[in-house]
Amino acid sequence: MYDPTVARLTYRALLGRRRALILGALPLLLLVISVAVRALTGADDQTAADVLGGFALATMVPIIGVIAGTGAIGPEIDDGSVVYLLSKPLKRPTIILTKLIVAIAVTMVFSAVPTMLAGLILNGNGQQIAVAYTVAALVSSIAYSALFLLLGTVSRHAVVLGLVYALVWEALFGSLVPGARTLSVQQWSLAVAQKLAGGDLVTSDVGLTTATVLLVVVTVLATWYAGQKLRSLKLAGEE
Amino acid sequence: MTTLSIDHVSRWFGNVVAVNDITMTIGPGVTGLLGPNGAGKSTLINMMGGFLAPSTGSVTLDGRPVWRNEAIYQHIGIVPEREAMYDFLTGREFVVANAELHGLGPKAAQRALATVEMEYAQDRKISTYSKGMRQRVKMASALVHDPSLLLLDEPFNGMDPRQRMQLMDLLRRMGDEGRTVLFSSHILEEVEQLARHIEVVVAGRHAASGDFRRIRRLMTDRPHRYLVRSSDDRALAAALIADPSTSGIEVDDTEGALRVQAVDFGRFTELLPRVARDHGIRLLTVSPSDESLESVFSYLVAA
Repeated sequence: MYDPTVARLTYRALLGRRRALILGALPLLLLVISVAVRALTGADDQTAADVLGGFALATMVPIIGVIAGTGAIGPEIDDGSVVYLLSKPLKRPTIILTKLIVAIAVTMVFSAVPTMLAGLILNGNGQQIAVAYTVAALVSSIAYSALFLLLGTVSRHAVVLGLVYALVWEALFGSLVPGARTLSVQQWSLAVAQKLAGGDLVTSDVGLTTATVLLVVVTVLATWYAGQKLRSLKLAGEE
Repeated sequence: MTTLSIDHVSRWFGNVVAVNDITMTIGPGVTGLLGPNGAGKSTLINMMGGFLAPSTGSVTLDGRPVWRNEAIYQHIGIVPEREAMYDFLTGREFVVANAELHGLGPKAAQRALATVEMEYAQDRKISTYSKGMRQRVKMASALVHDPSLLLLDEPFNGMDPRQRMQLMDLLRRMGDEGRTVLFSSHILEEVEQLARHIEVVVAGRHAASGDFRRIRRLMTDRPHRYLVRSSDDRALAAALIADPSTSGIEVDDTEGALRVQAVDFGRFTELLPRVARDHGIRLLTVSPSDESLESVFSYLVAA
């Protein structure tokens, strides 16, 4: 179910082009903000939670998820080079699963690691805040990667759609419309973080059980459906 | 012996019929799929390669379906028309990756690179390759698993004459080895030089099938139409119609020209300047009015 060659090609495509710069820019920004906040206000648990929850988890993780998830397959489908994977005796779900694993790994490295570092800078992991948000970043990396990989498989406008989801749905609607929060990867991962952080610093609108079930269901369904779509992918000809 | 069977295959996109009820059998040796641009060749090749489902009908390779059957790619090598191919890899890395995806090692990749004579540039990035080099590396990636069926979509597009000859030699060799090789082209001369057998597709329909010589004859024997302007159209018309190579002449007063229909192309092209000189008539315009590939092909459809 995992093909090392597909993985290698995907890693090189993801980390080789300008994508790597964009992937690196947001984590760098997070670290710069963290250093500045720490220098200006000193170590404060609430501030740490605000920065990690407001920027890292609400903005950085979904954007990195969009770049890695759609980038793991979208460009190949767009330019037609996916034909070199499809014209092989390889199960389509194997291609999708491999690309999902790569997307998850890249998203985790570029989002969870800087989140942890930022948390340590902000308040030295006081009240377990750094750990809690790092786990939330890890958990949401999985769901985002699966969602955006599916998006990259079915749409030519995957990056735009993904960003709209990440920024409009998760960030805007999520904070304005209470119902939308139940259907938000961010809230699900916050439910996990809530259990780890001390006090009331991390809160989620969704219960842990619901959140876990939804995370698993979304990840599995998106991956399965992407595999099905790839099986019947039509490669547009030149005509 | 590998046989690709296309059985009553149609494919439409919305209201547009791209391929219309085509039935053909492609056997060992080199077959050319000939047709003007937009005739449905790429759609047909995509269906042969399992990248597009026929709307109706079936495509089978030795009885096994091609669509949604990944295992079939053990026997098929595909050279797509599109350029994109992991440009950030070197030629060697690309072909090795293709070998690995078939469960093969670097040896198979090296052999394929040698076959297309690309070893000299194998460690350069694909993004630095010329069109012909890309085409050869694509070819190597398609040959890496020693397939019995080779599908090539417009493989000669954009190649210079030397590269074209090299690729033709290679394909000829593949055909002689007993492989089933099918390539598409919209250029008659290309197909004629390479293919023993040709299939002609025009406007989504199967227009002709068979030995290239027979089809070539059909194409050259068709009536040719010319638009001629001269210093004395009527005198020229009278002199031309006396010769059997001319089958009809219309004096088009509004255009101020003659519309000449010639049956014997070779004879007519000699006749026209000689007749004009003998009668002291100056030729002002001689232009073939139906030399477009489309009209050549549509003549075939009617034949």
